[in-house]
Amino acid sequence: MVTLKLNEQTLVACLSGDIDHHTASSMRTEIDRAVRSSPINRLVLDFSQVSFMDSSGIGLVMGRYKLISELGGVCEVADPPPYIAKVMKLSGIERLCEITFHNSRSCHTDGEMKV
Amino acid sequence: MKKCINRMSLAFPAASENEAFARAAASSFITLADPYINELAELKTAVSEAVTNCVVHAYRGMSTGMIYMDIKLFSDRTVYIKIRDKGCGIADIGQAMQPLFTTAPEEERAGLGFAVMESFTDRLRVRSSCGSGTVLVMEKALQEKMLDDDQRDISDKSGRKLGACSPVR
Ligand SMILES: Nc1ncnc2c1ncn2[C@@H]1O[C@H](COP(=O)(O)OP(=O)(O)O)[C@@H](O)[C@H]1O
Ligand SMILES: [Mg+2]
Repeated sequence: MVTLKLNEQTLVACLSGDIDHHTASSMRTEIDRAVRSSPINRLVLDFSQVSFMDSSGIGLVMGRYKLISELGGVCEVADPPPYIAKVMKLSGIERLCEITFHNSRSCHTDGEMKV
Repeated sequence: MKKCINRMSLAFPAASENEAFARAAASSFITLADPYINELAELKTAVSEAVTNCVVHAYRGMSTGMIYMDIKLFSDRTVYIKIRDKGCGIADIGQAMQPLFTTAPEEERAGLGFAVMESFTDRLRVRSSCGSGTVLVMEKALQEKMLDDDQRDISDKSGRKLGACSPVR
């Protein structure tokens, strides 16, 4: 599932549940629609609520990185749980997207945007 | 001597919703061997990669096909996982296993499935023949489980004995 929040020029996409080949395609569609329809220069993919991820999640991040780069913005991955951070490390994705750790970013605060 | 103490076999269609099913089934079976949470997460991920490859690549251009998953637990705490398809096969296994190599970049495949399976298991073997399918065998030795301090505290407070568990450090 994806929850989107727009804050000035930053779009935060809170991903939750399992990310695999089956679930990644609808996440991709939802995020891309929001990215294309908002005037943003920064996309934050919040992984704090993700319960499982395989390399399909890396494909998802790489694809969003490409899109936002084409639009002249930057991509950031926030708060992956330890074992998901391990999969990310393996992929070298941090060379494209900064991986940041905040203590308590909440996916459930207000300012939610319906796209 | 190493002895097989439990085993399971499953066959299911190569449909993407079965990726989650295969992970759940593998995870619930392997849980019987009392793995650490990180070991279970790694095996779940490896299973997901193998099954996804059968769904995405093996039966491409074919109407449907089956995936076969066998898991064995051994007395020395080794977990053995075999995942097999009867699909198109892999022409060049060496190339396929290269990190970032993928034949489906337009579908946002990262080409990291084999890299993940290799790093999350102790041993990965691949056999494949063009036109008749692919067999993947993964093995991982689970760590000997120790009673940690938290568990000891709980047992002390409740006065419950924890039975014939492995010795504490
Ligand atoms: N079961 C399979 N049947 C046929 N081809 C496969 C199979 N598994 C993997 N492959 C081939 O190996 C390549 C690399 O696999 P992998 O590392 O998982 O990357 P990805 O799935 O992201 O492409 C695939 O792109 C595909 O061409
Ligand atoms: Mg793969």
